[in-house]
Amino acid sequence: MKEKDIKIIEKEMKLANEGLPEMERDLFADDRPSRIEPLNKYLEQFLNWARARSLWILAYGTGCGAIELRPLMTARFDAFRYGIAGRPTPRQANVFIIGGYASLKTIKRIVRSYEQMQGPKYVIALGSCTINGGMYYDSYNTINRIDYYIPVDIYVTGCMPRPESLIAGFNGLKKKIQAGQCDGMNKYADNFDWYKANQKQIIKDWNMPDYNW
Amino acid sequence: MKEKIDRLRKMVNVLQVVEKHPDLYFITLEGNQLVMALGYLKNTLNFKHLAFMQAVDYLEDNKFMLTYMVYNYELKANLGVNVFIDREESSMFSIHRLWEHAWQYQRELYEMFGIDFPGSPRVDEPFIMESWEEMPPMRRDFDTLAYSQKTYFPRPGRETNDPKEQMKKAKYPNYPDSPKIRRDDE
Amino acid sequence: MNKISESKYKDFVADRSKYPEMENGKPVIDLDSHKFTKIWQGPQHPGVTGNMSVEIIVNGDEIVDAKTHVGYLHRGFEKLMERRRYIQCFPIVCRICVPEPDTNEYCVSAAMEDLAGIVIPDKAAWLRTLNLEMSRVAGFLMWLGGQAGSLGMGAIGQWTVAMRDYWLDLFEEMTGGRIYHMYMIPGGVRKNLPLGFKERVLQTVDRTYKLLDDIERVFLNNAIAKSRLKGLGIITPEMVSEYGIVGPTARASGIADDIRINQPYLKYAELEMKMLTSNIGDAYDRTELRFQELLQSLDLVKQILNKIPENGEIQAKLPNVLHWKIPAGQTYIKAESTRGEHGFYMVSDGSKYPRRVFARGASYTHAISVLEKLAVNITISDLAALMVSLHTCPPEIER
Repeated sequence: MKEKDIKIIEKEMKLANEGLPEMERDLFADDRPSRIEPLNKYLEQFLNWARARSLWILAYGTGCGAIELRPLMTARFDAFRYGIAGRPTPRQANVFIIGGYASLKTIKRIVRSYEQMQGPKYVIALGSCTINGGMYYDSYNTINRIDYYIPVDIYVTGCMPRPESLIAGFNGLKKKIQAGQCDGMNKYADNFDWYKANQKQIIKDWNMPDYNW
Repeated sequence: MKEKIDRLRKMVNVLQVVEKHPDLYFITLEGNQLVMALGYLKNTLNFKHLAFMQAVDYLEDNKFMLTYMVYNYELKANLGVNVFIDREESSMFSIHRLWEHAWQYQRELYEMFGIDFPGSPRVDEPFIMESWEEMPPMRRDFDTLAYSQKTYFPRPGRETNDPKEQMKKAKYPNYPDSPKIRRDDE
Repeated sequence: MNKISESKYKDFVADRSKYPEMENGKPVIDLDSHKFTKIWQGPQHPGVTGNMSVEIIVNGDEIVDAKTHVGYLHRGFEKLMERRRYIQCFPIVCRICVPEPDTNEYCVSAAMEDLAGIVIPDKAAWLRTLNLEMSRVAGFLMWLGGQAGSLGMGAIGQWTVAMRDYWLDLFEEMTGGRIYHMYMIPGGVRKNLPLGFKERVLQTVDRTYKLLDDIERVFLNNAIAKSRLKGLGIITPEMVSEYGIVGPTARASGIADDIRINQPYLKYAELEMKMLTSNIGDAYDRTELRFQELLQSLDLVKQILNKIPENGEIQAKLPNVLHWKIPAGQTYIKAESTRGEHGFYMVSDGSKYPRRVFARGASYTHAISVLEKLAVNITISDLAALMVSLHTCPPEIER
C-alpha cells in the first residue's frame, strides 16, 4: 500500500471513544455496529430454526426479576428442556434478560454487557418497571423505559412475573425468532446514534468505549 | 434504663427524654456533646451495638435531625439519640473512631443528604449514586418526580375519566349534584 | 477459643518479602509495578450474591485489598415513601429485600400501628408469626443453595431451590402472591388461612426435613466443604459490636443476640425455642448454625400451626386509609430476618405522608465493612464462599 493511501485512511478513521483516556483509545473498537443481512431464504430458515432452539441467557441478575430465574432452572419448571441455559459471560450468551428496573448505575453495565454479546442477540424485558417504570415511575434513579437504551424483543409483564409467564415469554421469543422477526440487533445498528445519545444523556461520566466488540 | 439515662445526665445536658416502649427510649442531646455522650454510652453504659445512624430533614425549621440508635446487650433495650443540626452548613462530628462501621453511614449521609463528617474515611467517595450532578437526592426540596419526568422519557399513560363526571356528561346531564359530605377523618 | 488449629491456614505463612512495605498497617499498592492485578468481581459475575461488585487487588491469587461497590439496585425507596401516603408505602416496601420480603412488610405495618396506637387482634398476630417464620424457611433454603453453589456443588442449589418452590406454593395459597405477598397490611392480615392449609404445611415440613437429612450428609459432612470453609473469615466476639454484626453471623461468634428471644415481638414469647449459638465464628460454623436455625424454624412452624386459634378477627378497625393521618412521633421496629436485625425507623409529623422511613438492612455492614476486612489475605476462589457465608443481600443495603 502506498504511503498516500495510508494517510487517507488515517484521516478517515476517527476514534470515537472520547470518554477514554488517550492511551486506551486504540485498545477498543471504533467501528459502528453493522446490520446483519439474512442469507438466502432456505438457509436462513434453517438458521432461525436452530437459533430458536438454543437460547443461552446471560447470568446477570440486573433486578429483582432474577429471583425467578433460579426456580426456572430447577426441577419444577426446568427450562433446560426448552434449550435454555445460563451462561456466565456475555461472549457465550445470546439472550439478555433485563430483570426488572434498571438503575442508573446498572444501565451502564447493561449497555456494556449487551454490546459485548455476540450476535444474533435478543433481549427479554421482565416486569412492569421495564415498560413504563412501574411502581418506580417517579424514582430519580431508575429509568422508565428500557427500549430507549437497548432494543427489546419481547416484554413479560407482571411484578414479579411468574416462571410460567417467563416460559411463555421464551416461547413467544422462539416464535418470533423462527419467523425471522427478531431484528433488535439490526435496529440497534440502524439507530445507533439515537441509542447512544439517550444513553449518554443519563450516564454523565461516560468512561467506556463507544462500542464494545 | 432510666437509671442509665440519669447517669448520662450527669455527663451531658439531656434536653428531652421520650419513652416509646419500656425497651425503646429516645433522648435529645446538644450537638457539640454528642461524641462524648456516645462514647460514654458505649464504653461505660454498655450500649455497644450501633444499629444505625440516619438523618431526618426538617425543611421548614431549616434543620436536620440526626438519629443514632444504640443497643445494650445486657439490658436488651434500644436508645435513640437525636441531635439537631443546622441545615445550611450541615456538618457533624464523625464517630468513626467509636464504631468501625460508622463511616459507612456517614458516607451515605454525605451523599444522600449532603451532611459533611470531616475526618471520616472515604466520606466523599460515591457510595450509591454514580455520576450524580443534582443536589443530594434525599433532601426534601429535591423533586424526584420532576427529575424523573425530565430525564427518563416517561411513557404516556392511558386517558382516564372520573366515572362520576363521565356518567353525568354522557348520560344524565340534568342529574343534580349531591351535596358533598365531609368525612370525619378527612 | 478459636480453633485456628483446624484451619487450613494453620501452616500458612505469607511470604512477605514479595509484598510491599506496610505503611500504617496498610500495604502500599502500586499497580504500575505489575506485581498486582486489579479484578472486578461483579456485578456481572456468577459468584456474587446479587447485583453488587467487589473490586479486589490480588497478588497471585491472594487478595491484598478489597473494596465493595453497591448501588446497582438503588431505587430510592425512602424518597419515594416521602411522596406516598401511609397505605401506599405498604406495597412498595416488600421490594426492598427480594428473597425474604415479609420482614419488611411486618416492620412497616408494625411501625405504623405503633405510631397510630393500633393493637392487632390475637389471630392476626399468630398469622403474622406464621408468615414470618415461613419466610425465614424460604430464605434459608435459598441461602443454603447459594452457599453450596459457591463451592461448586450446584446440585444442592437445585434441590433447595426446588424445595423452596413448595414453600412458595404455600405462600401463594396463604397470601395470593408467590414472591411478594403484601399480606400483613396495617391493622392485621389480609386473609384467613384456607381450608386444609395446616395439613399441607405439615407435609411440606416433612418433605423439607427429608431433604435436609440428605443435605447434611452431602454438604455439611463433605470433606471439600469442610476443608474450604473451616477457618475462612473468622469473626471474633470483639468484632461483633465494633462492626455492627447481627443475626446468625453474630451468634456464630458467641454473641447471644436473637430478637425473637431477647425482645419477643408478635407471639414469639409463647413459643418454645432456644438460643442457638456457636463459638468459632468461621464460615463453616456460620453454615452449620444457619442449618440448625433452619431446623429450628421448621419446628417453630409446626408449633405455630398447633397454636393458631380457629376463630377470631384478623383485622383491627382502621380509619379511612386514604386519609390516614398518623400522630407525630418516631419509632424503631425490628424483627429477626434470616440475616439478622432488620429494622424500620419511621418518623411521622402528623400529616398524611411519612416524614422519613429508613430501612436498616440486616446485612448493611456485612457486605461492606466486614467483607472488606475479611477478604484480605484469602484467595479469590474463597471470596464467593465468604460473601455467601456473611449472607449479604445487596437490595437492602442501598434500598
